[in-house]
Amino acid sequence: MSGEEWQFVRFTIGMAILSTLAMLPIGVGIAWWLARAGWKGKPLVETLVTLPLVLPPVVTGLVLLKLFGRRGLAGNWLHEKFGLDVIFTWRAVLLALAVMSLPLFVRAARTAFEEVNPLFEEMSRTLGAGEWRVFFTVTLPLARRGVMAGLLLALARALGEFGATIMVAGNIPGQTTTLSIAIYQYVQLGQDEHAWVLAGMSAALAFAAVLGSEWMLRQRKT
Amino acid sequence: MDAASAQNMNGGLHANFIKRFPSGPEIQINSLQTRVAAVVTVIFGPSGAGKTTVLRCLAGLERPQEGIITFNGRVWSDVSKGLFVPSRERKIGFVPQQFALFPHLSIERNIAYGLNGMNFEERRSRVDEMMKWLGLGGLEKRLPHELSGGQQQRVALGRAVAPKPELLLLDEPLGALDSPTRLRLRADLRQLLKDTSTPALLVTHDRTDALALGDDLVVLNAGKIAQQGQVTDVFREPANVAVAEIVAMETVQPGRVIESGELITVAIGKQILRALNRGLETEFKEVFVCIRAEDVILVKGDPVRGSARNCLTGIVRTVMLEGQMVSIDLDCGFPLKALLTKQACEELALRTGDHLQALVKAPHVHLIPRMPG
Repeated sequence: MSGEEWQFVRFTIGMAILSTLAMLPIGVGIAWWLARAGWKGKPLVETLVTLPLVLPPVVTGLVLLKLFGRRGLAGNWLHEKFGLDVIFTWRAVLLALAVMSLPLFVRAARTAFEEVNPLFEEMSRTLGAGEWRVFFTVTLPLARRGVMAGLLLALARALGEFGATIMVAGNIPGQTTTLSIAIYQYVQLGQDEHAWVLAGMSAALAFAAVLGSEWMLRQRKT
Repeated sequence: MDAASAQNMNGGLHANFIKRFPSGPEIQINSLQTRVAAVVTVIFGPSGAGKTTVLRCLAGLERPQEGIITFNGRVWSDVSKGLFVPSRERKIGFVPQQFALFPHLSIERNIAYGLNGMNFEERRSRVDEMMKWLGLGGLEKRLPHELSGGQQQRVALGRAVAPKPELLLLDEPLGALDSPTRLRLRADLRQLLKDTSTPALLVTHDRTDALALGDDLVVLNAGKIAQQGQVTDVFREPANVAVAEIVAMETVQPGRVIESGELITVAIGKQILRALNRGLETEFKEVFVCIRAEDVILVKGDPVRGSARNCLTGIVRTVMLEGQMVSIDLDCGFPLKALLTKQACEELALRTGDHLQALVKAPHVHLIPRMPG
């Protein structure tokens, strides 16, 4: 494998891990809320969170592009306040991967939280614990396997993302080019042997992540 | 408000509340009170009477829709004023039916869970104290699922007691145990609850548990308090037929008062029984005659004569094993139930169709005025 190919692999793995970590606190918050809250507007939030899973990734990418572009609501604010540009930088890769992997994580984590018997949380409260302590010492540890499995699924999704990433981050080798985008480009250039090498790497990474996720779920019965 | 209830406002628990669920029965608690002198108050009633809901309302795990709950003079819940003290601030210890030990924490960490305000040494010594008290030494590092049901129950009790709560709430503490363990732990639990000298409210549907563990009894039926008082009083003198059935006065028969004096003579069909007069209003001619199965003495052979004893000749209809006890249905002109130990039953060599004498002391015959209509 060439130096350039390795760079694509390293960059993709790094971005996938970073985006998964960035998405984690938000995802945990949403999943817990969906599992425990009894609010009427819940189905709406549920739909919004799940949407990136079913929309064409390109559409999600387009929405993000308009939102985070210089003239977009979020993009303008970030530029004025912090001088940060998102679109066509590695930050856009991070953003696209996080948004695309969030629904998978939320679905898995929500189920895990729902499976925690509320009686354990109630016991924690009668023993004087506040809600943060209840969550971090009871709810989260009891849901940990489902949450971990969701995390690995999200990672797998991030590793293979293509459509949303190319919309918001483009294809700048060494800066925003991920594995999937590189494969596409190699094929376009007729360099199939390079595409096959990266495709193999991509498959191996996805395989490892999904296997890990399945293994986590198997472990749930203790 | 009389002096007794005014005093109760300051000491012990005082609850008047209503809890409704979108579907299902309404729980309406009127003047639930605990005596300060009572160590264990048992909330007793059939399944579905709302016992667990009452306990959960007291624990702050459910919010009543109406009413007031106070404990030791402190308001826990006052719906009209919008006051609600959450569970974590009520200083209670809760032992749920399935114990609900934290499955991911070791035994010592389960017991230490409520000791968050203490420093390391204090916590260490309190946990050690609990482990010693409960006889669980050596199990510190185990996980809950590695323990027997009886051990789990003790850990649940230890976890609830460790932070020195002001009130203990126990939901069917023996309910999840198999019957030999249950028998063994019943006596232990009473002793442990006495040791803590913390007032305890205990929910059970088991009459023997109620008798064995309680000082006071609150009988709950269909979401309402049917009677409350000292255990023996409630069992010996149920306030009405519903309570009699709940506390399992196995024989409840309609009868007619024939003669009223120090003893009341009452007729059930053709049989005549004598009961001690506990101040039955004379205008009541129609009564329910209640006899606890334990109070029926069975004798084989000739009729026995005794001053205040009722001696009934009967035929054994069925003999049924109920745990350690044998339940016997007799036909004495009316159906009469008797409860014997297995041993006593074997010594009598009871068979279906046997003729025998059933003796019941006059003080054991309870008369409950029958509501007209």
